[in-house]
Amino acid sequence: MNGLDVERIRKDFPVLSRELPGGRPLIYLDSGNSSQKPVQVIDAMRDHLALHYSNVGRAHHALGAESTEAYENARDKVAAFIGAPSRDEVVFTKNASEAINLVAYAFGNPLNTDERFRLGPGDEIVITEMEHHSNIVPWQFAAQRGGATLRWFGVTDEGRLDLSNLDELVNERTKIVAFAHQSNVLGTVNSISPILARARQVGALVLLDSSQAVPHKPVDVTELGVDFVAFTGHKMVGPSGIGVLWGRSELLDAMPPFLGGGEMIEAVWMDRATFAPIPHKFEAGTPPIVEAVGLGAAVDYLTEVGMPQVKAWEQHLTGYALDALAEIPGLTVIGPRTLVARGGTVSFTLKTPGGFDIHPHDVGQILDDVFGIAVRVGHHCARPLHLRFGIPATTRASLYLYNTTDEIDALVRGLRHVQKVFE
Amino acid sequence: MIAESMYQELILEHYKHPQGRGLREPYDTEVHHVNPTCGDEITLRVKVESGKVADVSYEGQGCSISQAAASVLHELAAGNTVEETLAVVDEFTRLMQGRGTVEADEDVLGDAVAFAGVAKFPARVKCALLAWMAYKDAVVRSS
Repeated sequence: MNGLDVERIRKDFPVLSRELPGGRPLIYLDSGNSSQKPVQVIDAMRDHLALHYSNVGRAHHALGAESTEAYENARDKVAAFIGAPSRDEVVFTKNASEAINLVAYAFGNPLNTDERFRLGPGDEIVITEMEHHSNIVPWQFAAQRGGATLRWFGVTDEGRLDLSNLDELVNERTKIVAFAHQSNVLGTVNSISPILARARQVGALVLLDSSQAVPHKPVDVTELGVDFVAFTGHKMVGPSGIGVLWGRSELLDAMPPFLGGGEMIEAVWMDRATFAPIPHKFEAGTPPIVEAVGLGAAVDYLTEVGMPQVKAWEQHLTGYALDALAEIPGLTVIGPRTLVARGGTVSFTLKTPGGFDIHPHDVGQILDDVFGIAVRVGHHCARPLHLRFGIPATTRASLYLYNTTDEIDALVRGLRHVQKVFE
Repeated sequence: MIAESMYQELILEHYKHPQGRGLREPYDTEVHHVNPTCGDEITLRVKVESGKVADVSYEGQGCSISQAAASVLHELAAGNTVEETLAVVDEFTRLMQGRGTVEADEDVLGDAVAFAGVAKFPARVKCALLAWMAYKDAVVRSS
């Protein structure tokens, strides 16, 4: 397996060579929030807008055919990228949040006719304490609508899922278990098989929020064996405005539609409608056409680099970062401190060597304004997880294929400078 | 290096050694304000006696700017009439919302003029204003 040539890759991302005001170089360590885009994605989108654009599906002319082909071609690329058994199982959404909401709205929906999506008092939905709000709030809504009970796995001090009560938590009353493939705060890669096995035993469905996994390592939905996988384009060098729900076709077929509107119908009368087959049943209205083309180009780009290579490079960077950050007195990593089942998202709190807490917003401000280092600060849309650790916020560095060990060195220098300011 | 100018010695001093921190009795009104974008929060109590602010006590969590602003507010408010303190709040608000183009009136603001640099950072203006808006809210409710 060939390695990854990071210097060559960096040349593909125009933003990485720009300067920030004041002559600061940009050091982008916020890809877990949203990734930067290579020229291949930018060009594909520009080319489609400039020469091939029109609406898809319904426009019966040359441009309509070209636009439809490009849009559906992107679906083929995404399907191949994640090992989907059928292209029809790839539903384009606005983002991962919409993908999860789509599944959540099937539960207890009055239009639903399938036993597996029936939801009422006594039924249970299981999530975890390490979820992004996008995999919490839709399930709160679903539980409230159906009068069902929302339950969750706890998180250990090391930042792993606490599966000690798995058999009690996932039981005959459980309708679905929804959890993060990889934590957007802790970096923890969750162990899927024990939860999946238990869910199968009790007849519950399983949804994976793979927003932080699909961009960073090979993901094959057939191998995973789960029922639904949600992820988003903008974290995987693609544009914002497009996300993906993959679901087993038999389930997607059984589910009621989500949003109603153009293109998702088969026939409409004034008092009723019948619906298009999947995936279009779930794609109401004019879809994000150019964004889909961009996502297709992103998938091509990542495939060209090689997802095993991306994963290996990020492991190298993560190991380097964990070692370097461990050298800073007063810095505490929130999450696994070894490379075992962990990705390149490293969150931490920082004190001065004298033991004075430095708030993450102050850390981020100084890193940005003095060194041009972009990190994320706050609760990263995972407030319950921060409450679990008794902290209001963390500073998060999230690594991607275009980052270098030099950039991690710059982060370490920056953090030491922050400590001096607050000493 | 613009951020360095925001972290004035006086702000850091108040952050490390907050004045008047802690919730105290007696009080007329208690309010709780939150900045949802960053999670900073403050609980603030006001005690007014014959038109004068007898005490502003508070408890909160957040960045240096938000916490230092609460400490400075405590110092400026205590012992002055409600009208005087509201005039300071108005001047402070004007300074913070001025995007760095407003000349601060040091006679009115006292130590609070140290926050002038914050006005250049739109994302941090709410941090500086959190305690001050909570104070204004508490005073209005108690009258």
